Amino acid sequence: MATCPGCALLCDDIEVIVENNMIKETKNACRRGAARIKGCINRLAPSIAQKPSDLESAIRKAAEILRNAKSPMLFGWSNSTCEAQAKGIQLAKKLGAVIDDTSSFCQGLLIEKFLQKKFRTCTLEEVRNNADILVYWGSDAQDSEPRHLSRFSYFPRGESRQRGYEEDRIAIAIDVRESNTAKICKGHFYRIQPKGDREFILALIDALSGKVPAYEPKKILELASILKKAEFGVIFAGIGLTYSIKDDFDILVLLADKIPNFHIMPMVGHYNMRGFNENLFRETGFVNRVKFDGKVVHDNKYSIVEAFQEKSIDALLIVGSDPLSSLPRSLIRHLTSIPVICIDPCVTMTSKIAAVTIPCAASGIESAGTAIRMDGKIIELSKIIGSDYLADEELLTRLMGAL
Amino acid sequence: MVTVMELYQLLPKTNCKICGESTCMAFSVALLGRKKNISDCTPILEENFKKQKEKLESLLLPSAGAGETGMIVHPEICTGCGNCVVACPVDVANDPRGAAIGCAPTNDKVIFRVIDGKVVASNIKECRRFGKNKVLCYACIDPCPTGAIEFV
Ligand code: SF4
Ligand code: SF4
Ligand code: SF4
Ligand code: SF4
Repeated sequence: MATCPGCALLCDDIEVIVENNMIKETKNACRRGAARIKGCINRLAPSIAQKPSDLESAIRKAAEILRNAKSPMLFGWSNSTCEAQAKGIQLAKKLGAVIDDTSSFCQGLLIEKFLQKKFRTCTLEEVRNNADILVYWGSDAQDSEPRHLSRFSYFPRGESRQRGYEEDRIAIAIDVRESNTAKICKGHFYRIQPKGDREFILALIDALSGKVPAYEPKKILELASILKKAEFGVIFAGIGLTYSIKDDFDILVLLADKIPNFHIMPMVGHYNMRGFNENLFRETGFVNRVKFDGKVVHDNKYSIVEAFQEKSIDALLIVGSDPLSSLPRSLIRHLTSIPVICIDPCVTMTSKIAAVTIPCAASGIESAGTAIRMDGKIIELSKIIGSDYLADEELLTRLMGAL
Repeated sequence: MVTVMELYQLLPKTNCKICGESTCMAFSVALLGRKKNISDCTPILEENFKKQKEKLESLLLPSAGAGETGMIVHPEICTGCGNCVVACPVDVANDPRGAAIGCAPTNDKVIFRVIDGKVVASNIKECRRFGKNKVLCYACIDPCPTGAIEFV
């Protein structure tokens, strides 16, 4: 059995048929996972200033760039193993660098609340065995974590949910659009206005407190009465919800207080984003946006987005991420004006503009390690096929040596 | 899907009418529509048509259930989410420790499995829409987010 690094569900029931060290067939992985396991066609090659080089020279050049930078940033990490992430944090300390990951424009804020134990939460196995009311809030699990509903949350039979989804579970979607997940939650889809989550939560709190809510009273009262009946409820908090209430998470805590049988779980996309958040939190007390400046400094200006806006960094090491393809164009200008070092298994938009590229093994496929599932469970990643590429962890060790 | 022409190309093409159809082409149509069996064409059972007969059987096999239950899966739009695998009552009954609880199927008796990221259906004769006590089951169609499973 192998583990799929396609998303933070980290499905560890994947069968892979290997022939001549090539992946021939996958069983049980969803389409996205199967594509991830089969790997990319365009493998990255070592290069310096867009010209082919050997690995050792590329590492030496990368070390030189980082050594000479006044304010380097190390970014990416959500597609790396915990072991590589720990190395990355050490490297940031050694360089006195800024370190940030994709969670600073994703679920980081929410995960921080979980690590601070602000919410009652549970594991996905507990969801499978016990959950009767499921609320997908601002999250299209069906598209982002394709096996979420079938492996754990809605469809399977569980120890105290023997009759499965047909009779024992109710799935509810709260979202700004009728997503694929919402389509499955037939009859229990609550459409909200963009950024309307706060208003919706307040109305729901009113309804749960026995007051008539100011906003869509009929629907909200109906929803409140379903939530109240839960024996084991779960709110799957997606990025839609996080974005909308990021300045005031306390209202979610307030809502959780009103429904004591509910648990909250963050929905995470990239396979080991939560791993990075936990590793950095253990080290510094923060999940992202940190500068090692003799001491630990945490500030919004250390997020990749603000750093680009402020043009405050003068070199960037990116591990397993492609910010050029996901960040707005206005921010990218700065990215193209500083030396970028890219460690990745594949050619990406970012690697194409990088001053130095260093290929690595695809983690979970060509190298092993551990990762943290969206619910916090540690999952082993296995090495499925052999390869000459080094794991990102090993490359970071060499890079540190070359400093 | 197999076509009438593909089947016709493999028949003896003598239009001998032994099968009860007026031409081999008509027999191909009947084969595809499950109104006749390969063995109704006795000439093809002879040794010199062995290869063609085997080819015919293999062509008709995958859709053997589909013809009877009318199931069609569209792998090109399937996301491999596995909802159908876990929701199908036959899979639940035949694999209580695997598919039924959301895990990977543990035996070959399930109808749905996901291979290379797409659903593959087998054992279709077990489908509840088929056989003596048939019921109009929607347990694989309703949970599918993309409409990749159809019954015609
Ligand atoms: S749901 Fe996620 S982890 Fe599971 S197989 Fe699909 S991509 Fe991989
Ligand atoms: S019995 Fe066979 S050979 Fe004769 S007409 Fe029918 S299909 Fe053709
Ligand atoms: S119709 Fe019902 S029994 Fe038949 S394959 Fe679909 S879910 Fe299974
Ligand atoms: S439910 Fe639909 S999309 Fe999901 S695996 Fe089955 S056929 Fe494919």
